[in-house]
Amino acid sequence: MWSNVLYIDLDTGEHQVKDRADLFDKYLGGTGVATQLLLEECPPGTDPFSPEAPIIFSIGPLNTIFPCVSKTVSMFKSPMTGELGESHAGGRLSMAMRFAGYDSIVIKGRAEKPCYLSIHDDEVKLKDATSIWNVSSVEVIGKILRNVEPGKGRRSIMRIGEAGVNMVRYANVNVDTYRHFGRLGLGAVFGSKNLKAIVISGTEDVEIPEIAPYSKMYNKLYDAVVDTEVMEKYHDLGTAANINVLNQLKGLPTRNLKQSGFENAENISGEYFADNLLLRKIACSNCPIGCIHIAMLKTTFQKGHEFEVNHISYDYELIYSLGTNLGINLAEDVLRLIERCERYGLDVMSTGGVLAWATESYERDLITPPDTLGIALRWGDTNSYLKMIDKIVEMPNKFYQTLAKGTVAAAAKYGGEDFAVNLGGLEIAGYHTGPASIVGQMVGVRHSHLDNGGYSIDQKAASQQLTGEQMVDKLIYEDYWRMINNSLVACLFARGVYGEQTIIDALASVGIKKTRDELETLGCEIFLAKYEFKKQQGFDVGKIKVPGRFYETISQLGMVKEETIREMLELYKKKTGI
Amino acid sequence: MSAKIKVANPNRCIGCYSCMLACSRVNAKTASLIDSAIDIRTSGGIESGLEIIVCRSCIDPPCARACPTGALTPRTGGGVILDKDLCDSCMTCASACLPRTIHFDKADMPVICTHCGVCARFCSHDVLELRKTEVL
Repeated sequence: MWSNVLYIDLDTGEHQVKDRADLFDKYLGGTGVATQLLLEECPPGTDPFSPEAPIIFSIGPLNTIFPCVSKTVSMFKSPMTGELGESHAGGRLSMAMRFAGYDSIVIKGRAEKPCYLSIHDDEVKLKDATSIWNVSSVEVIGKILRNVEPGKGRRSIMRIGEAGVNMVRYANVNVDTYRHFGRLGLGAVFGSKNLKAIVISGTEDVEIPEIAPYSKMYNKLYDAVVDTEVMEKYHDLGTAANINVLNQLKGLPTRNLKQSGFENAENISGEYFADNLLLRKIACSNCPIGCIHIAMLKTTFQKGHEFEVNHISYDYELIYSLGTNLGINLAEDVLRLIERCERYGLDVMSTGGVLAWATESYERDLITPPDTLGIALRWGDTNSYLKMIDKIVEMPNKFYQTLAKGTVAAAAKYGGEDFAVNLGGLEIAGYHTGPASIVGQMVGVRHSHLDNGGYSIDQKAASQQLTGEQMVDKLIYEDYWRMINNSLVACLFARGVYGEQTIIDALASVGIKKTRDELETLGCEIFLAKYEFKKQQGFDVGKIKVPGRFYETISQLGMVKEETIREMLELYKKKTGI
Repeated sequence: MSAKIKVANPNRCIGCYSCMLACSRVNAKTASLIDSAIDIRTSGGIESGLEIIVCRSCIDPPCARACPTGALTPRTGGGVILDKDLCDSCMTCASACLPRTIHFDKADMPVICTHCGVCARFCSHDVLELRKTEVL
């Protein structure tokens, strides 16, 4: 049980299921197992867009059967960074995989013609997607597939939009309309395989060895999630609450991180969104919180009370990257920009980073109207940004072809590397809190703020006077333990509930005995296995260039010194052995 | 006193399925969706809202009337009681129920709501309520 891997070959349309208890027994599931599958399936030097490059999805032993254990891990070789590609998504995918009876899915090859995968219990079919290949909107693709596929009501539908089809390096995979495999370009990898969508549903049971201890544990966790304060911030304003908080703390990247506070933050704050635009909140499967905040944007498109209504999910990172970072003053304009990215299936954070770099480069005449095809870029000019987003997806000239490869590629060609705000090749998350955030995103296995929560360590440092070494120790603790959360695969928003002992108890309640030491060792092992993959693919943490901009703009912890980053990085390398 | 499940606030549903898992966990002792007597599903994707399909606890239940073997009998206070020994899985009951509440488990047995209320206990948004009524 809990160790079925579905292997699909897009070249032939054939599939097989293998019991990989060897991997699941040792590495739990999720990120632990997916890392091993990636090492098996993706040798050094694999072109991320070649048929040989794998796409891997993995869930863990607690998915679906405990509250908030609701995520699925994807792994691949990233076309953005050329090394480890890993992204997590919620929605209904982990539930659909669980009840279809697949704990991991490995997809290789390239379909001859546009295709989609239809997976319903034992039935796995490769189907023709020619007629939807050029449908640009991810929402419309969902509607079309719902009409023709079984599993109505609780299936999961992953799909790519035009950005993925055109292989924009930071194209995402949309999961169930409002969730995503974002950041490192899984959507482009789908595109390279002629894979437009995957529909999954299932009707299996999950075997529970003993129902009584499991039920007792379930009740305890459910009550912890619902009745205590631990999850309140995600429930009420959601992550968008951070706009006002980080603005006050001077940790909110603004106008390509020229500033760390935004004078109009109040207008695009979580409070403003909740009071004026929030329509409803919905949940990932098996999460009673419901943190997915959906805004309603009603726009007049003609005289005579003609309205277009869009429902758009928002979060802190989106409001930062397409809001403060572009100097956008109105929440409604932020939503228009988010909606445009969503339609195409573009990663919002990277798109915001690219547009911010382009705006500053335009100010400095590094790029000119012939490059932008006449679009004049100015901070806060929503209409210009909307046009730019269209062009990034269309790629009508060399400039936009380069923008579609990300900030680092654009700066390498047009200059402005000092303000190409990235860490490890990825546009940053919305935190300029101090050194732990910077080092955390450099060393993090997927260069994500969620690898180790460096921003949160900076915030602790603000009140507790932590030394550089103490911050490094905390980063390492998070790096290792989050490997365990991500192997389950529990939502990191619920990490306040899923602490060390809770994880041990929850696993034990379904017959998986692990001690604290065993889990910590395993976390470290998974972390190092990822670094093994990263190094195989040419990654060297010592070669990461931190753009000068990080040292020029005040952070929550004051000005960050280059020397501090260097020292912390050396310590981190020494302590982890990476 | 008798108790019945009421869909009190259908538009508050966030689609977490905690209620369905609770039903199967408590009543069927499984971690499953199809063993749940209540059925939560989207119609037109998560963007279009949710259907909350539960036994409407009819006093004169059409499913019991349709049952040719006497496996389903009216329950005091509304709804039905299933006698598995009498059921031959003909599935006639399912189409007699207009809200299509009755579905079947892996053994082709109808999954029948007992109005125990565990789904309401695990509804964090007050969509479902267990209402107690006096039986006259």
